[in-house]
Amino acid sequence: MSAYDVEPGDSVHPGDPVTVDRYTAAARINHWITATCLVLLALSGLALFDPWLFFLTMLFGGGQATRAIHPWIGVVLFFSFSGLFVRFWRANLWKRTDNVWIAKLHQVLTGQEENLPEVGKYNAGQKVVFWSMSILIVVLLFSGLAMWDQYFGTYLTIDQKRIAALVHSAAAVIAICVWIVHVYAAIWVRGTISAMTRGQVTGGWAWRHHRKWLRELVSERPKDQQRGATPAQ
Amino acid sequence: MAFEFELPNPDTQNLRVDLSEADLVRRSASSVPPPARKLTPVAKLIDVSKCIGCKACQAACLEWNDKRAGTGTFVGVYENPADLTPEMFTLMRFTEWVNPETQNLEWLIRKDGCMHCEDPGCLKACPAPGAIVQYSNGIVDFVHENCIGCAYCVKGCPFNIPRISQVDHKAYKCTLCSDRVAVGQGPACAKACPTHAITFGTKEEMIQHAQGRITDLKSRGFADAGLYDPPGVGGTHVMYVLHHADKPEIYAGLPREPRISPLVELWKGVSKYIGMAAIGLFAVIGVVHRLVEGPNTTTREDEENAERLVGSGPG
Repeated sequence: MSAYDVEPGDSVHPGDPVTVDRYTAAARINHWITATCLVLLALSGLALFDPWLFFLTMLFGGGQATRAIHPWIGVVLFFSFSGLFVRFWRANLWKRTDNVWIAKLHQVLTGQEENLPEVGKYNAGQKVVFWSMSILIVVLLFSGLAMWDQYFGTYLTIDQKRIAALVHSAAAVIAICVWIVHVYAAIWVRGTISAMTRGQVTGGWAWRHHRKWLRELVSERPKDQQRGATPAQ
Repeated sequence: MAFEFELPNPDTQNLRVDLSEADLVRRSASSVPPPARKLTPVAKLIDVSKCIGCKACQAACLEWNDKRAGTGTFVGVYENPADLTPEMFTLMRFTEWVNPETQNLEWLIRKDGCMHCEDPGCLKACPAPGAIVQYSNGIVDFVHENCIGCAYCVKGCPFNIPRISQVDHKAYKCTLCSDRVAVGQGPACAKACPTHAITFGTKEEMIQHAQGRITDLKSRGFADAGLYDPPGVGGTHVMYVLHHADKPEIYAGLPREPRISPLVELWKGVSKYIGMAAIGLFAVIGVVHRLVEGPNTTTREDEENAERLVGSGPG
């Protein structure tokens, strides 16, 4: 019986250093499509949110083009993120130890991870990012459809559209803040970004930040590969 | 008396053109320098009690603005077309109302269209610099070359007036014939109105004219006759004389106390500052944390621990 937070494709390879497969090529492509959409949506959305940033519409070929393309990028993002959701939701289920991690957040931020419970594939911070993005993207989808005048302009009352505009703006601002946390964490914790580029992290990284996950991966390895057996290759 | 506001033909000799960029007092999603001169505020006065519902104003509007409403579909109402459209900037709205005091059926006809608010919600909501402008004489105009078709003006308007074209994806509404007013003429609808229910002049003149009409209506039994110049939007540059001014909503839903929706005020006001501040704050926290804490780096010891666990290491 596999551990709840070991995802398909995760595996550990002995060596110096030990390498650990964290994300499959498909998951990485899925992630970067989502990331590209999110950045484009933030740029085009902020251009229409604050007149101070209207100049960003030039990146998309002007105001009319920005207005036309923004919702379509949103549709792509929704489906792309849905792919990530299906891949990652199980390993992001909230566990009791996550409460402990959150309660000791100041120790996380000061790099004293040895005082924290051992973490599975995702720590509580990553889970918060995952679930808040999941909720926000659904909110952004529906409020965005309500604002998509070209196709849905006749289905709602003007007051409903006003609420949609306000909700869409608020959800977008929160999503951008969550995105900043996500990107900053990946930069701050060295050795993380390779997980989403080459798909691998070092054993030391996994030991330091996701020790429970690493233990599960090791205990799942076929018996003949354990105890220092030579890797198949 | 009835023809005192008949619009004179313009002077064709000494043509004076008003309403340039220099006469703007507001410009959407941008700012304008205070204008050097202030034009006299103008207004269109629509006397509902004099309207016979002939739709000449609509025909004149289509003609002057070079629009074609096309062949419509009969949906069982007096209105034609059934609603304002990107081509039809003004519309006679008809209401059959039974006066509860007299049991008389009153046929209420209101010429609907942009009210040219002193505090325009469309302009407040608009994200495109210069797509909506307000001139110092009070006219609120859409500048189509700057319009991006987002329909935020629809959400901003307290009167449900702007319509978005599905052909060029731009917003349209009554211009108060700004191109005619600029050269000293009145709006095409006022010019065409056979009963002079629509008059045009300075706002002061129009208020005075309305007072005369209201006195007349009161003397004829319409005790609640009055002027519709709603203060919630700072007054309007299109005003109505209503015989039942205490009940504006009976005139096809004319709002009693129109104002820019608080949702729009929040969306276009404080939320913008809170939103940008929140984003900035998160970015700053990141930078400060990185400077104070330095990177979180995996150590050689971590790698050795991993190697020992996996079984490939020195242990």
